[in-house]
This record gives sequence, C-alpha cells and structure tokens, in this order.
Amino acid sequence: MKSDLLNKLLQLSPDDNVLVALGATQPGENTLADGRKITVQTPVTLGHKIASRNIARGDKILKYGVSIGSATVDILVGQHVHVHNMKSDYTATYMLSETADGDQTKGGQND
Amino acid sequence: MINGYLRQDGRKGIRNHISVVYLVECARFVADEIVVPHREAGAQVIGFPGCFPNEYAQKMLERLGTHPNVGAVLLVSLGCESFNRFALEKVIKASGRPVKSIVIQKTGGTASAIQIGRDWVAQQVNHLAKTPRVEMGMDELIIGTICGGSDATSGITGNPAVGLAFDRLGAEGAACIFEETGELIGCEQIMAARAATPELAIELRASVEKAAMYYDTLGFGSFAAGNAEGGLSTIEEKSMGAYAKSGSAEIVGLIKPGDVPPTGGLYLMDVVPDGEVRYGFPNISDNAEIVEMMASGAHMTLFVTGRGSVVGSAIAPVIKICANPETFARLSEDMDINAGRILSGTSLADVAQEIYEHVVSVANGAETKSEALGHAEFILTYKSFDPIGPACLPA
Repeated sequence: MKSDLLNKLLQLSPDDNVLVALGATQPGENTLADGRKITVQTPVTLGHKIASRNIARGDKILKYGVSIGSATVDILVGQHVHVHNMKSDYTATYMLSETADGDQTKGGQND
Repeated sequence: MINGYLRQDGRKGIRNHISVVYLVECARFVADEIVVPHREAGAQVIGFPGCFPNEYAQKMLERLGTHPNVGAVLLVSLGCESFNRFALEKVIKASGRPVKSIVIQKTGGTASAIQIGRDWVAQQVNHLAKTPRVEMGMDELIIGTICGGSDATSGITGNPAVGLAFDRLGAEGAACIFEETGELIGCEQIMAARAATPELAIELRASVEKAAMYYDTLGFGSFAAGNAEGGLSTIEEKSMGAYAKSGSAEIVGLIKPGDVPPTGGLYLMDVVPDGEVRYGFPNISDNAEIVEMMASGAHMTLFVTGRGSVVGSAIAPVIKICANPETFARLSEDMDINAGRILSGTSLADVAQEIYEHVVSVANGAETKSEALGHAEFILTYKSFDPIGPACLPA
C-alpha cells in the first residue's frame, strides 16, 4: 500500500457532508485530495466517516451524493459520524457491544 | 469461449456435480455420510430440513436438481416427511439426469441406506466422467452477485468493481443477477430510473417498498452487528454500497427465486416473500441468497466481502472479492481477489478486469479458493412467493 494515500479522507461525491477514512486516522490536520484541510477531532478506523462541515441536528447525512440518514445531535466538522450521532430514516441499526458483563446486545442509539 | 458440460436437456454447466438431497432434517445424517467417500469426485449434500410442505422449497429443489452444474441426483427420504419426493424425482428424470430415491424407513435403516447410497454415487461418478464437453458462449452464462460481511469499504472498492465487471459481462450477453431488495432500501428511486420500461420501474420500486415494510414488521433491517463496527451507520448507507454491485447498465427484468433469466443483461431478484409476514427473516444468512440465485440458474456467484466471509457453496463456485485490504491481509487464504488495492491507488477498471478474467477461468474449471478448501455450504428455509407480473421480463 502506498503510504502517501494512508490517513487520507475521501469525499465520494461533491454534495457529501461526510468523508470516508481510507485507513486508521488520528486527530489532527488532514489534507484532502483537492487541497482542502480538515482537522480531525476523533480517531477513526478504516471506512468510518468524518464530518466535512458542521451538521445540524435533523440534517441529512449525505454520502455517495444521497441521504444515508439524519443527524440526531449537532455534529461539528472533524467529528466521527456514526450510530452515536446519526440514525436511519428507515429501520434502527442493531449493534453488539462488549461490556464488563460479557457480550450484550443493544439497539443502536438511534431508534 | 468456455468449455462446458452438456446436459441431456440441452443446458450447459461449468461443473459436474452429484447432488445428494435430504428431504427432511431426519435424513440429513445419512445424506452427509453417503457423500463422505465421494467428496473429491464432486458429490455434495443439499436439502430441505422441514417436515411441513412448502411450495417454494419444492420449486427450489426442482430447479437445483436440474441445475446445469448438476449431472446426477440422489434423493434421501426418511419416509414419513411431507416433501413430495415423487414430484421431485419426476422433474429430475424428465430432465434426463440419472436420479434415485432412497427411503430410509424401507431400506433397513441408517447403515444400509448409507451403503446403498454410496454404491449408487460410485456408479454415477464413473458415468459422469463421460459427460460430453461442449463450447459454451458468454451468452449462455448466468452469474449472480451478493455481498456479505459488508463494511464501509465494500461500497467503495469491491461492489463498484463487480458493477463494472457486470457491465461488461452483461454487454457480452451473460445474464447477471443482483438481489437482496432489503439491502436496496433508500436506492429505490435511482434504481427505478434504470429500468428498461416504465412498467418495470414500477415493479422495481414496489419490490423495495415491500422489503422495507417486511423488515419494518420484523423490527430489524438487513444489517448485522459487524456492519456497524466496519463503519456503516444505517441500512441506507449499506444499501448504497450494495447497490453499486449492479453497475450502470439498464435493468432488463425483475425475477423471483427459481425464475431463469430468459435473455442476457441485468436482472434484479426480488427475494422478499409476498403476502403477510410469516416464516421469519427472508434470507437468514448469505448462503440462502446464493441458493436462490442458483435456483435461477446462476453458474457462479461473485461474493464481495469486507469483514471477511469464508463461505463457498454447493453446486456453483463462489469467487470471493475482498473489499477491505486489512481483511485481505488477514484472510488471504479464503479470498480470490483483493479489491482493497483500490484504496491504495489501483484503478477500479484494473480490479474489474481481474474479476472478468476470473469469471472466465473459473467457468473453464479453475478452482476458486472456497472450492479448493472444500466449502460446500447450502441452506434452504420456508418462504412463499406469488408469480412475477407480466411487466417483469423483457418483451
């Protein structure tokens, strides 16, 4: 893998308000392919989303140029966008989480 | 050009399997044991576990027992189950394939049923070695695609690469099937815009609306816990990634499990049952989807995975396309193609070309990773469908 492409954030469509991490990404300044700079606030792993601009609660999350759900809280540029701050407009997202009591199931915080 | 196997009914296959079919879970052990000494020779177990009759399951096993990759079929019945083994045997016999039924309650029990079955399969192995080989064109090939164990890389690398390969395969005359309408939720409008006719567009939209309603009733979307861990937040996001497998060609038809595409080109398979919600989730795991595409004649399946599925399938080879470079590094022994290279600069077109070349070589007999490892998964459960409407197929 070419290292210069690691830690880059990818914008899939011009209208999108989220970027996709192309590898594990640490907080700090990140330069996009078009030269724009984004300061990542949260560490994320491959494939996860980072807000490319401020998103208000209730706004649509846009990826691939289409809505993939709505923000459940205000999201700031550079923050991780996932089940803790967005939800489906169709059916709730199901997740597993490991706790001190062992594996427990719970719904995503988006129902 | 592909070197295929010619069946007595005129269809052409790319594998030469013997299917040993249990007709109720109670007969499964015997079926499994029959296959043991003949696995290397291509014998495989498929079947249906339920004791209650089901029209869908009957149709699926009729289609699979006459699948072009299957040359001979052994039915294994306990004897008291409701599955109509007489009708199944008749359909397979009419296709010209050798078929035999073993009824455990009549043959004297487990050990004797296993012995009779093994002897018959041994004869068929010799018989099938003489199956005529025949030239097969791309326009005689049917290819399915699914994604399983998806993560956020699936929709960026593996799925769009399959979409590009599908565009080319379909243009060369192959019938290409994508499915899982429950993973197209949110894409219904953009997908309907690709329909060959306005009437088909209505059918495509309706199939996804049905899926949304069905999953809503069940309370869970077609979304597994690992999807979220892999960066997917909602079913709409997963859908957009899954939708990319369909490429950009015109959608020529909508089929249901068991309907064989009448022409080349791109088809959507509607896999969500019709009528009231019953029997539980539409497809309980990835192999249920592969089985339905095989019942519609798919000679092979392109399987895109991000988290890392290791499955193969009975009857039709599975080409595994790994979307996530980290997963590929961990599970390369199970993966045929590393589409995750796209994240480090390899073009989509290069990976699509590799997928295309793999399709041709696997059609010509090259083993996939899952075939070489001996994978032969199969699952069939209860479902219920109405026939497709007149607007669903090309005129």
